[in-house]
Amino acid sequence: MTPSTKTQDTETPVSFWRRCWPRPVLSWLLWVLWLLLVNELSVGHMLLALFWAWLIPFYTHSFWPGVKSLRRPWLALKFLSVVVWDILVANWVVARLILRPADRLQPAFMLLPLDVQEDFTITLLASTISLTPGTVSADLSIDRRHLLIHALHVDDEQQAIAQIKQRYEAPLKEIFEC
Amino acid sequence: MSLVLEIIISICLLLGAGFALVGSIGLARLPDFYMRLHGPTKASTLGVGGMIVGSLIFFSTRGEGVSLHEILIAIFLFITAPVSAHIVGKAALHLQLPAVERTRGLSAINRSDIR
Repeated sequence: MTPSTKTQDTETPVSFWRRCWPRPVLSWLLWVLWLLLVNELSVGHMLLALFWAWLIPFYTHSFWPGVKSLRRPWLALKFLSVVVWDILVANWVVARLILRPADRLQPAFMLLPLDVQEDFTITLLASTISLTPGTVSADLSIDRRHLLIHALHVDDEQQAIAQIKQRYEAPLKEIFEC
Repeated sequence: MSLVLEIIISICLLLGAGFALVGSIGLARLPDFYMRLHGPTKASTLGVGGMIVGSLIFFSTRGEGVSLHEILIAIFLFITAPVSAHIVGKAALHLQLPAVERTRGLSAINRSDIR
């Protein structure tokens, strides 16, 4: 991943609030993360979590590439539940595939033409493809227009590609890129 | 702890262990490297997921408050597992490890802009 040169901070006037909290979403995540880590809900730990949520983004925000804002949170939740459901269903399917004679499997490499362009969205799409069993994203073409996917068993590559595009790529594009 | 809870926890643990076992079997017996890559990515989703749910129920019902930090294991695994699978797959392509001959689309991995 190449470091992104365009940061939004230089283009828009930065408020004091924004300078103290350069990444609000990251701060919230860190706050929840710390409370989960210590596994207890006390005022002391809430304050300590608040300190980490301020300190870590403050010192690391120059390393973060331009983060896309979540345009449609509800669509994101819907997408998440679709992915979790697919993981559950596909795990059974793949477990059956693995346990039957291996010479009846039809593995394939497939090239997925990408509609999404942002690094962040491509990463999310590739991770989703790898998490749903039966497909693993193996490589990204140099011009970032194709994703190479290995599938454990496919009957029809065109249909598999179309399904990935419609089920995962289209929602991701809608959520982050429009 | 009631019997019903114990049965639920046991089912979660057995399910998780079962999927981890199937993933390991896949890792051991599938014919080529790329297919073997599918085994571990399975074990890390439902395999670990089942055990995490079991642990969550067990520690939350012991009367010492809710235990949620198992969720962190799932979050970190779901972030790291696809990345490592991608890198391992990329390394295998780079080393030109052989795939079984009946694999479709082998021409795709010989494109110059992929490797």
